[in-house]
Amino acid sequence: MTGHMRLGFHAPETEQELASLVLEAAETRTPLEVIGSGTKREIGHPVGSGAVVGTEAMTGVSLYEPSELVMVAKAGTPLAEVEAKLAENEQELAFEPVDLGAILGYGPGEGTIGGVIATNISGSRRILKGAARDHVLGIRAVNGRGEVIKAGGRVMKNVTGYDLGRTLAGSWGTLAIMTEISLKVLPAQRETRTLIFFGLTDQTAIEALCIAMGTPYEVSGTLHLHEDLAARLSDEEIAGAEAPVTAIRVENFPASARYRAARLRQALLAYSPALELDGERSKAFWRDVRTLKMFQGVPNPLWRVSTTPSHAAKLIGTLTRKINVRAAYDWSGGLIWIETPALTDAGAVDIRRALSELGGHATLIRADDATRSGIDVFHPLEPQLTILSAKLKHAFDPLGIFNPGRMYRDM
Amino acid sequence: MSTLTLPEPDRAVLSRRNDIVKQLKRLVPEAIVIADQEGCRTFESDALTAYHCLPLAVILAGSTEEVAAILRYCHDNHVKVVPRGAGTSLCGGALPLEDAVVLCLSRMNKVIEIDTSNRFARVEAGITNIAITEAVSKQGFFYAPDPSSQIACTVGGNVATNSGGAHCLKYGVTVNNLLGVRLVMMDGEIVELGGPQLDAPGYDFLPLIAGSEGQLGVVTEVTVRLLASPEGSRPILIGFDSIESAASCVAAIIAAGIIPVAIEFMDRPAIHVCEHFVPAGYPLDAEAALIVEVEGSEDEIEYLLEKVEDIARDFLPTSLRRSQSPEETALIWKGRKAAFGAIGQISDYICMDGVIPLSKLPKALDEIGWICRKYRFDVANIFHAGDGNLHPLILYNANDSGQLERVELCGGEILKLCVALGGCLTGEHGVGIEKRELMYEQYTDEDIDQQVRIKEEFDPTWLLNPGKVFPIEGREAQKMRGIDLQGMDIEVLPEAERDVDGEVDVEAEVELMEGRDAP
Repeated sequence: MTGHMRLGFHAPETEQELASLVLEAAETRTPLEVIGSGTKREIGHPVGSGAVVGTEAMTGVSLYEPSELVMVAKAGTPLAEVEAKLAENEQELAFEPVDLGAILGYGPGEGTIGGVIATNISGSRRILKGAARDHVLGIRAVNGRGEVIKAGGRVMKNVTGYDLGRTLAGSWGTLAIMTEISLKVLPAQRETRTLIFFGLTDQTAIEALCIAMGTPYEVSGTLHLHEDLAARLSDEEIAGAEAPVTAIRVENFPASARYRAARLRQALLAYSPALELDGERSKAFWRDVRTLKMFQGVPNPLWRVSTTPSHAAKLIGTLTRKINVRAAYDWSGGLIWIETPALTDAGAVDIRRALSELGGHATLIRADDATRSGIDVFHPLEPQLTILSAKLKHAFDPLGIFNPGRMYRDM
Repeated sequence: MSTLTLPEPDRAVLSRRNDIVKQLKRLVPEAIVIADQEGCRTFESDALTAYHCLPLAVILAGSTEEVAAILRYCHDNHVKVVPRGAGTSLCGGALPLEDAVVLCLSRMNKVIEIDTSNRFARVEAGITNIAITEAVSKQGFFYAPDPSSQIACTVGGNVATNSGGAHCLKYGVTVNNLLGVRLVMMDGEIVELGGPQLDAPGYDFLPLIAGSEGQLGVVTEVTVRLLASPEGSRPILIGFDSIESAASCVAAIIAAGIIPVAIEFMDRPAIHVCEHFVPAGYPLDAEAALIVEVEGSEDEIEYLLEKVEDIARDFLPTSLRRSQSPEETALIWKGRKAAFGAIGQISDYICMDGVIPLSKLPKALDEIGWICRKYRFDVANIFHAGDGNLHPLILYNANDSGQLERVELCGGEILKLCVALGGCLTGEHGVGIEKRELMYEQYTDEDIDQQVRIKEEFDPTWLLNPGKVFPIEGREAQKMRGIDLQGMDIEVLPEAERDVDGEVDVEAEVELMEGRDAP
């Protein structure tokens, strides 16, 4: 039965208001599309429900203790505001969230901190400092029964009961609506140095990146771009090189970053390091990576693929024989952003066939509504995992009112 | 009542004991089924030794398939299961139940796969924590979480409690270094969660499994992230004339943008006991001392220690001692690592595990002192200061009947204080039976109901490690969990009265065996 809940857009200003709204939705069996400010709304199957609930009116940093490395922010707080506050104290979100705004048609930092955690979107520094979810200390949320729940807290270590906070990370608003998030924050890096290599093949580049990861120099960025993608970067020298680009980043206080870059250069002499970026130029390079500059301004479908580094080049090699793809490898090859031609399935069949042999999973990040309606946007799960996922969903949202079908059709 | 209660045993299961044992022996090799009293005695308690209970039987599983066969049988026959690694839990997480089978995984201790180019290791759950690092250290890698029991505790147990360690300020706890698990559900289904990749498709079940204290499934294999070993590391030992100065120094180091790999805090009693046990040159004139360790190349270490020293000078340290050699480093750590043993030499103690916001450290230590004085106990504090994870060691005399009850009340009051200061009940030891009834201090009914609903989706009949984590006292709590709870007192013996050499305390045994069919 669908009752009388007002359809359209709701932006509750308080947790209690949100809880009442969800309770009403539950009682009237009204599906809710759950968003933050909506910048990642075009990822996943179109939900197509009549009522939308956004957390964008629940904003503000409620607690920030730089010397305790903790910030508590309302879920709707824009990422830009969170990062500006941290920057005032020379701190940052160490997981360096990828800002998908620009490739989906929004401005920088417009997304909410709730959206960052709900999608568990981690950037290049994931390989050193962990994922978005690793920085979640606690949450407050409203479950599908309209109950306010909390988990974890504001301290660094907490094993009191089940860890529901980190479990909500990456659940895309399908389990509960987060209202407040407590985050571990870390000192910002004083200096960033980047070694640039030109002209390496995918296989050779990944080999070099993995060697770098095996050194003690706390490598915090490992990237390899196909030539066409490198040409879209802001750095004129790199963009104009007409060659694939490989980049390795080290950070720390200036003397240490210099030392680390020098040692890495030595260790990777065989791969002919061409440039060493420092200061603002180095930072600008990684800002491009963080906003996926190499995929801006083109309409093509974009996939996010997670695999093991040693299979990455083979995966792209296999795909290239079938369709025309452009690849950006991050996480030393463990993460691949793949731009595909505008095929009906955006290349889903070929990508997933290759992954079924090599291991890993693929999520379609950018595509038009028709494409997203027609294929599995999120990677299909093994049958046992589907059963377990349905159980988890049921535990949080027994009536299935949050984002129905967004991740998986029957959930 | 100082004794915590466990669910009333299922009389029907107890009366079928012989048949159950017979069936178990058909499912798995007979040699790995322990059903005699003497054999079961080894497993009657974990490191929370004040509590013990003889289980129905013990299975020393050797493979995922055996675990699955046992769980399927227990599921179909309504027999409870208590999973166990090395039994080093400090909170009674692996305490058996009279009507339960203990499923022990310590025989499953093999390294399955090491892949340093993709930087992961896949191991069986019963391998010890330290064995992973030992297996990869020659290739220049290590596994970061390092609980102080790391030479004994299993990685499966680390997953169950989401263990931390001295170095988690920089490297995080178990969940932050976990890539995948093979999980056997209570009905015997085998599920792969995560894998060698840095993330998995769909929901992320790993944070849910890590810290679930063996209540959602039995982990038989674990895939962990390997990190490249640092070039070197070195500590500085700093003495202060007040706890406030030491605490403020910790905050100032972090505020200056330095994340040392470890910041260990010791108060005066701890300094004295350790120095007496291992003469490491700890500052006996100080009210508090910090061991601050940094990592990197020689130059990086020098630079960071210089900065730490500069910061410390603002807090008028009574002594500053930078380690000058690997031998000196080893000695400084030897004192710290011997601390629990050293204190154990002079007294029985219980070790608490509350966490507080760092800014509340002086207030917390002050209040802890008052609480312990009120209960007439001495306390020593030695803990990971960077993350606010306190470990007050409350010294008591187990031979004095009545002290266990009082020391538990004292500990409970300290944990309530931690929650009131904005922290939590447990940072790395887990809830187990020990802190179960304190859960409402930290959580509302709705918070706990949400966790219970997850438990009930994974294990609808509450067969997997029941009686732990969730409060079972109070009518509503009992009803919600569908448990018929008359409340059964389990046996509590002071440490000193327990016979560690294997002699049987006949009276206690007889009491425990009551209600159980004669073999």
